[in-house]
Amino acid sequence: MEAVSPATGSASSMLEDVIVEIKDLTFSRGNRPIFKGVDIKIPRGKVTAIMGPSGTGKTTLLKLIGGQLRPDSGDIVVEGSSVPSLGRKDLFVIREKMGMLFQSGALFTDMNVFDNIAFPIRVHTQLPEEMIRDIVLMKLQAVGLRGAYDLMPSELSGGMARRVALARAISLDPNIVMYDEPFTGQDPIAMGVLVNLIRRLNQALGHTSIIVSHDIQETLSIADYIYLIADGKVIAHGTPDQLKTIESEQVRQFVEGLPDGPVPFHYQAPDFLEQLMHKGVSR
Amino acid sequence: MIDFMQKLGHRTLSKLAAFGRSGQILFQSVVAKPAPVMMFPLLIKQIYFVGVLSLIIIVVSGLFIGMVLGLQGYTILADYGSEEAVGQMVALSLVRELAPVVTALLFAGRAGSALTAEIGLMKATEQLASLEMIGVDPLRRIIAPRLYAGFICMPLLTMIFAVVGVWGAALVAVDWLGIYSGSYWVNMQQSVDFMSDVVNGLIKAVVFGFVVTWIAVYQGYDCVPTSEGISQATTRTVVYSSLAVLGLDFILTALMFGDL
Repeated sequence: MEAVSPATGSASSMLEDVIVEIKDLTFSRGNRPIFKGVDIKIPRGKVTAIMGPSGTGKTTLLKLIGGQLRPDSGDIVVEGSSVPSLGRKDLFVIREKMGMLFQSGALFTDMNVFDNIAFPIRVHTQLPEEMIRDIVLMKLQAVGLRGAYDLMPSELSGGMARRVALARAISLDPNIVMYDEPFTGQDPIAMGVLVNLIRRLNQALGHTSIIVSHDIQETLSIADYIYLIADGKVIAHGTPDQLKTIESEQVRQFVEGLPDGPVPFHYQAPDFLEQLMHKGVSR
Repeated sequence: MIDFMQKLGHRTLSKLAAFGRSGQILFQSVVAKPAPVMMFPLLIKQIYFVGVLSLIIIVVSGLFIGMVLGLQGYTILADYGSEEAVGQMVALSLVRELAPVVTALLFAGRAGSALTAEIGLMKATEQLASLEMIGVDPLRRIIAPRLYAGFICMPLLTMIFAVVGVWGAALVAVDWLGIYSGSYWVNMQQSVDFMSDVVNGLIKAVVFGFVVTWIAVYQGYDCVPTSEGISQATTRTVVYSSLAVLGLDFILTALMFGDL
């Protein structure tokens, strides 16, 4: 359970200007605790990765930041506003400053690519249709899909859908863009394109990127700062270089992708022999 | 015994919580701050999906039910020598009872299940969550237009059902069985009262439209976002809507015609 504080000067200064601060967060689903006192600081304008094994609540954390879920206790401060204490109307206002790339893309299936990207602009601005067209084409150009503007979501490949969803997430130039498992299920080319895009867009647009992922190499290659979550807690945090030097078994297992270790290969179960001998008692 | 009581209590509490959630959805999507300008184009689209696309099944069902009523009515009334009253019997049956009830049942099966499946699938594919993160309230954008479309379409479909049913009965009774058309239409005109029959029938249609659409959108919005969850929600929509329509029909009938 080694928590490494940033040692370098650049890492320390990174955490001075914080856009999202999670303080002593606890959250449970039913009787199952997901977070047990989590503290996370997301530096402004950087790419921050939240990593950890499957089922540790990484996506839940994004939903908590976006106010789609409310914590049991603790606080989540986004640009000075405490998200859990915001009313429904204020939540929708603060979400205008956030963009989110969902794992499934979550494109609106009754709209084509162009309208999907134009949708947030039409809803939140009074811009003339000509200007909206130009903005949408610029966003599509940024993700390399300008030629696909009139396709329906059902006509897109998985990688293309993810890029269209990315274009939609940045259509209002949000201050924070959250990526939920952006590399999952992508072929190596699409993955490379997405890695490149996330980094490039972060630099070009200056927004803060929060990536939730368990794809180690891709995430380490673009993240400025990383939080590693397991067992409902932050077990390590630091820059990618700092993370590679941590000796903790739990961290090593995750970073090196070892099949067994502190995170066991087997799900909790009764003794195998005993279960085999008691046929018919339970499955 | 304690286990049984515990399960019963748990089920009761979860049903009450679900009822509370459905009320909250209804309030937040329809009552709290309606946005007519934003909603108008969405409403037109939903009226098309919920109403216009239900027309075929409503018209065909209305026609056959009217024809059966004409045939059965003629057979029974002929025994008493009063087959001329078949128009009156058909019109009163349709306007008071059959049109609102059968339309609501068909509406639940066609439009209600489609609404639940559509909203459930939007939830499963994270489209509702995506709307929330874009800063758009899905209750106002997705749920409200569908609710209003249901409220508007049900009475209209009921009227169409009744008209087609009366015409279907006339086809059988007048054109096929040879009842004098003057008797058919005049008896109907003299016996059907606009306020107590037609308006009461439409009140039923409005109530059924409200209940069926409310159940359908709630089941979709609150479903477990998996293929099994959507399938169960769709089934619940049809079952709950049908039971609610039949139960409410008795209550409304007792209130409207119970003193006769």
